[in-house]
Amino acid sequence: MTISADHTAPDQAGRAPAEDALTEAAEKFGITAEDYMLPARHQIQMVDPDGRLTPVGEQGTEPGHEYPLPGDEELLAAYEQLVVGRRVNDQNSALVRQGRMAVYPSSHGQEACQVAAALCLSQGDWMFPTYRDAVAVMTRGVDPVQVMTIFRGDWHGGYDPAKHKVGIQCTPLTTQLLHAVGVAHAAKLRGEDTVVLAMCGDGATSEGDFHEALNFAAVFHLPVVFFVQNNKYAISVPLAHQSVAPSLAHKAVGYGMAGERVDGNDVVALLAVLDRAVKLAREGSGPLLVEANTYRMQAHTNADDATRYRQDSEVAEWLAKDPVNRMRTYLTDRGLLDGDGEARISEKAEAVAAQLRDGLGEDVPVDPQELFRHVFATPTPQLKEQSAFLADELARDASSQEAAQ
Amino acid sequence: MSPTVTTSSEANGNVSAATARAAASAAATADAAGPQPVTMAKALNTALADAMHADPSVLVFGEDVGTLGGVFRITDGLTKTFGEQRCFDTPLAESGIVGMAVGMAMNGMRPVIEMQFDAFAYPAFEQIVSHVAKMHNRTKGAVKLPMVIRVPYAGGIGGVEHHCDSSESYYAHTAGLKVFTPATVPDAYRMLREAIDSDDPVMFMEPKKLYWSKDMVDLDELREQHSANAKAGRSSEGRAAVARPGTDATLIAYGPSVPTALAAAEAAALEGRSLEVIDVRTIVPFDDETVCASVRKTGRAVVIAEAHGFASVSSEIVARVQERCFHHLAAPIRRVTGFDVPYPAPKLEKYYLPGVDRILDAVDDLQWEN
Repeated sequence: MTISADHTAPDQAGRAPAEDALTEAAEKFGITAEDYMLPARHQIQMVDPDGRLTPVGEQGTEPGHEYPLPGDEELLAAYEQLVVGRRVNDQNSALVRQGRMAVYPSSHGQEACQVAAALCLSQGDWMFPTYRDAVAVMTRGVDPVQVMTIFRGDWHGGYDPAKHKVGIQCTPLTTQLLHAVGVAHAAKLRGEDTVVLAMCGDGATSEGDFHEALNFAAVFHLPVVFFVQNNKYAISVPLAHQSVAPSLAHKAVGYGMAGERVDGNDVVALLAVLDRAVKLAREGSGPLLVEANTYRMQAHTNADDATRYRQDSEVAEWLAKDPVNRMRTYLTDRGLLDGDGEARISEKAEAVAAQLRDGLGEDVPVDPQELFRHVFATPTPQLKEQSAFLADELARDASSQEAAQ
Repeated sequence: MSPTVTTSSEANGNVSAATARAAASAAATADAAGPQPVTMAKALNTALADAMHADPSVLVFGEDVGTLGGVFRITDGLTKTFGEQRCFDTPLAESGIVGMAVGMAMNGMRPVIEMQFDAFAYPAFEQIVSHVAKMHNRTKGAVKLPMVIRVPYAGGIGGVEHHCDSSESYYAHTAGLKVFTPATVPDAYRMLREAIDSDDPVMFMEPKKLYWSKDMVDLDELREQHSANAKAGRSSEGRAAVARPGTDATLIAYGPSVPTALAAAEAAALEGRSLEVIDVRTIVPFDDETVCASVRKTGRAVVIAEAHGFASVSSEIVARVQERCFHHLAAPIRRVTGFDVPYPAPKLEKYYLPGVDRILDAVDDLQWEN
């Protein structure tokens, strides 16, 4: 392993390299550093809620904030994942209702964000998801049943983060953003061109760790793309009680990084913005912040009652902006999707749903000794003693049950 | 034998619409005269409302405590009754909630703040340990912090990760914090009122698995008792309760473990063994007198707690009782606690939590042959 020279030391002029990079990035686009950091005046949108291509002049792009339309192949692949993601969300919610899972925080309505978050990354990149990002994790290629293990209640995780380069889904808010920063820092020290996508929601931007993560990433000039899914609610608390910033993307400027906001139900715009952010981060432009404007269509989890804090009319308004329908219309109108294509995609979605039903439908016996097996790499004498205590207790239970029969 | 995960609200650690309706109907009947079935959630909710009526400086804030009424509905209706100035949602930041409460308490208010779940309180740890606990001491009493930090805690609800920690030992270990934990419906009311009245900061640990436990309670009578006690300067702080009298051995428990200890005592009685159950009630200050009087009488003791045993409240209790009652003990004091492992996933928690059989095994081990 080679460690590069001390990249944090100020240069001869006393300016930190991060500051240079910001200037460089601005020069690259022929705009001022402020205009590079500030999000474009409007959110980026390429396909409108009715599935029509937004006229180029109205896409929200401007000098230094230019986004080419992603290729047809990428869009078709994204649509397929959108349909699968929607099916996964609805299947999981059904499994909770049937008592097969303890809880499921659904990303229904946010599938465009979920899909784009996974598709913008290369094989060697990392993703740090939250508890609501199961679909993003599956889109990244992690086995759906392994992803759902945490919600079935067998264990607090189900997949190997190192193998998939996907952090373990995080329930405390924004703590994982600092882990993302650390992974990016380690990769940078080794000279690897890894980009890390660090995910959180709108409510989470109020947490102290959000501030610390963005600041660390900026100061160390790390290839991290912070991706905020602004779904408008932190359980019951609306965004207005969370922040009065012009937008969450505007927070970037305070850290000396670039911010952008994008229609979070438009997978085309999401791919364009995230692809570019990942590319810039990989090229050494430092961290970026992308805010996706979306909506949590369902309650926080099955245990929450959203009627207590929001109006049905608001939900209906967002139903009309559905990311899956929008993309179907767009691709169909462009002649990229026909009945056969739909059928093939639908079949794939059903196969994943069946996999979830089969995998979560059976009662996998749990081994009580698992309690002790994974606490340390080297078990302590005390845990060995407690493990033997439980084994003895269970053996006595079993023999007394046998005797009773 | 294989544990099943249910979809009930209890299993998820939140309150479903159905449970909220049940609590509301309990609330409706509780307003009638005389003892009524009251949930612990309703008793806590009533205590908050009564404290807010009694003292305009009492404020409630936290995450989802306003419009939603809290994920456990403990603050239900408070915003409607008292307005958004006195019960409100904050931005989502636990350190911010506690730190702002410190400033408010310094400036004439009595904040009662909610940490949504035990393990979500950790971002506030620095504020709690470095400031809430130390302000009175650093200022030689010039600044008092009359604030209450409510923490739904402990397991038994099949909650996902970070929703089931027994975090009481961290707070009990911190000098300068009082730590209360009710185990019964009347105590939930009584102790929360006393915590709010206290001029010291109180960590108010609410056993979330007991939120829906019911008892026949006369809330009017409790309210009057509290007023009379407050006027007379009386408080039950620092007083343990004999939850069940007995003669052969003492079970010492607190919070979520008290009903388990009572069930064990009931089972032991069927086998002809009389167990006394002590409900610690306030971990800090600890009632050495009541606990030791019981152990000196019975000569045997088992301490029961859901938290990990190592370096915990249960270890402190054993140490104190042993120091004070050594010559009265017929056997070493035993403990039944959670194992020293991270709180397990829902399907494994029944192996982790102290249960009746494990308590009875420990009682059997108290050297009865001597």
